[in-house]
Amino acid sequence: MAYPTDRKYTKEHEWIQVNGTSATVGITDYAQQSLGDIVFVETPKVGAELTAGKSFGTVESVKAVSDLFSPASGTVTEVNGDLATSPEKVNTDAHGAWMLKLTLKNPSELDGLLSAADYEKFVAEEAGH
Amino acid sequence: MSSVSATSAIRKTALNAVHRQMGAKMVEFNGWDMPVEYPAAIGCGIINEHMAVRTGVGIFDVSHMGDICLAGPQALAAVQHISMNDASRLAVGQAQYSALLYPEGTFVDDVIVHRLAEDEHLLVINAGTREKDFGWVRENTRQFDCAVENLSDDFTQIAIQGPKAVNLLQKLTDANLSPVKFYWVTRGKLCGIDNILMGRTGYTAEDGFEIYIPSDEGTSARVWYEILAAGEEFGAVPCGLGSRNTLRLEGSLSLYGHEISDTINVWEAGLDRFCKMEKQEFVGRVALEQARVAGLKRTLVGLEMTERGIARDDYKVLDTAGREIGYVTSGSPAPFLKKNIALAYVPVELAAVGTAVKIEIRGQGVGAVVVPTPFYKRPKKSKL
Repeated sequence: MAYPTDRKYTKEHEWIQVNGTSATVGITDYAQQSLGDIVFVETPKVGAELTAGKSFGTVESVKAVSDLFSPASGTVTEVNGDLATSPEKVNTDAHGAWMLKLTLKNPSELDGLLSAADYEKFVAEEAGH
Repeated sequence: MSSVSATSAIRKTALNAVHRQMGAKMVEFNGWDMPVEYPAAIGCGIINEHMAVRTGVGIFDVSHMGDICLAGPQALAAVQHISMNDASRLAVGQAQYSALLYPEGTFVDDVIVHRLAEDEHLLVINAGTREKDFGWVRENTRQFDCAVENLSDDFTQIAIQGPKAVNLLQKLTDANLSPVKFYWVTRGKLCGIDNILMGRTGYTAEDGFEIYIPSDEGTSARVWYEILAAGEEFGAVPCGLGSRNTLRLEGSLSLYGHEISDTINVWEAGLDRFCKMEKQEFVGRVALEQARVAGLKRTLVGLEMTERGIARDDYKVLDTAGREIGYVTSGSPAPFLKKNIALAYVPVELAAVGTAVKIEIRGQGVGAVVVPTPFYKRPKKSKL
C-alpha cells in the first residue's frame, strides 16, 4: 500500500492532512486492514477541544473496539456524517474517508509525526513482529 | 518479557500452515494459534464469511476441539452418570447436545455426545477445557467398566456449514447424505479416505456437517483444499473464529467461559431442555433439584441495542435508572440480522421480553431491550 505523501502519520495509525491552520484526520489503510470489517465510528461533536496524543473517539470492527488518538491539538470544526451510516467506507477508502476536521492550536506539534515513508517503514516492522 | 514460554506453549492444528498460506489473520485462542478471519482479497472478512454460511457454505478448521471416547460394556452407564442429557435415548449413529456438571450443578463444559456403537460414545468438547475435561471424565467414570481415551490429537476436524453444505460434501463422499438427519452421523469414503465419520452437526445455527479426518498435515491440507475446490460452485469460503462467534451468537448458542461456566448453573443458562431430571442420578442433579426449589435469581436473556452502540463481552447491564443489574456474556454486531445484539445475565424480574435496559458503553448508558432468543433461526428444510 502506498501512503499519500501529502499528510503525516502517527504511530497509533492516524493520518493528518494540514491546510494552513486547519487539518483533516482519519485512520490509515494499515489500521483498517488490521481492524477488519468496520461497523461503528464514534467521533466527538463539533466544537470539542482535542489534545494531541489523547483519545478523541473510537472505531469498532465486528470483533474489537479501538481508540482514536488525535495527531494534534485543536477545535473540531466538522465531522464526517457519512460514517455514521456507512462506517464501512473506512475499509474501502481509509485515506479518503476522513473522520473530522479541526482548527490547529499549535501547528508545530506536527513536527514530531511520521512522513509517509517513515510510516511505511514503521508498519512494515510492526507487521513483521 | 516472557515470550519464550508463551510462544512455546501455543498449540497448532495440522492446518496451521494452510491458514498462514491463505493469508489468514491469526490470533491466540485458548492456547491455540487459530485463524480469526481470512483476507478480503479472497472474498473473506468476518462479515463475508458470516454471510457465506447463512446463504451458501463456509469451511472451518475446528481441530482444536477435543474428543473423548468412552468404550466398554458400561460406556452408556458412564455417560449417563457424567452428563445431564439422557444418552439412553440415542440410537446408534445419533448425537445430542449435553453438558458435564460439577456437583454444584454448574458447568465443567458443554459437549456433543455421539453414540457410535452400542458400547461406544464419543464426546466432543471445547478446546480451552480439553485437559480439564479429560481428567474430570476419567475421575468420574472410574467405577464403570469402560475405557476412557483422549482422541483429541487423532483428528483434524473440519466443519462445513450452511444451506449448501450438504451439496458440497456430497460431491466428495460415497455416503448418501440425504437421509442423514440433523444430529445424526454417518460414515463413508471421503476424498478417497475410507471410513470417515461425518456428523450433521455444527455451531452456526445452520445445516452442516463436521467431519473427522486423520490429523497428519498432508492429509489435512489435501482434504481442506479439495473441500474448498468442490465448494467453488457454491461460493464456499474459508471461515475463522470471528464469524464462528457471530454465527453462534445470532443462533444464541452458548460458549463456555461466557454463557456457561463453573459459576453458572443449568437453570440460569436456560438449558433446561437438555437436562433430563427424570433420568437416573447424574453428577449435579441434587444441586439442580435444590436450585429449582430455591428459585431462579438471574437468567440469560437476549438483548438488542435500541440506540447507537455495540454491547461487548463483560459490559455492565444497567436498569433504566442507571443501577447495575447484570453483565453481557457475549455481544457483537449481527451481520445477517444487521442489528447489534448481546446475551446477558439479568435478574429474573427484568428478564421479560420488552424490558428496557441500558448497556454501559465507555461510561454512558446506551439503550437496549430484552428480545426473544434465538435471535436467528434457520428456515426449515435443507435437503440434498
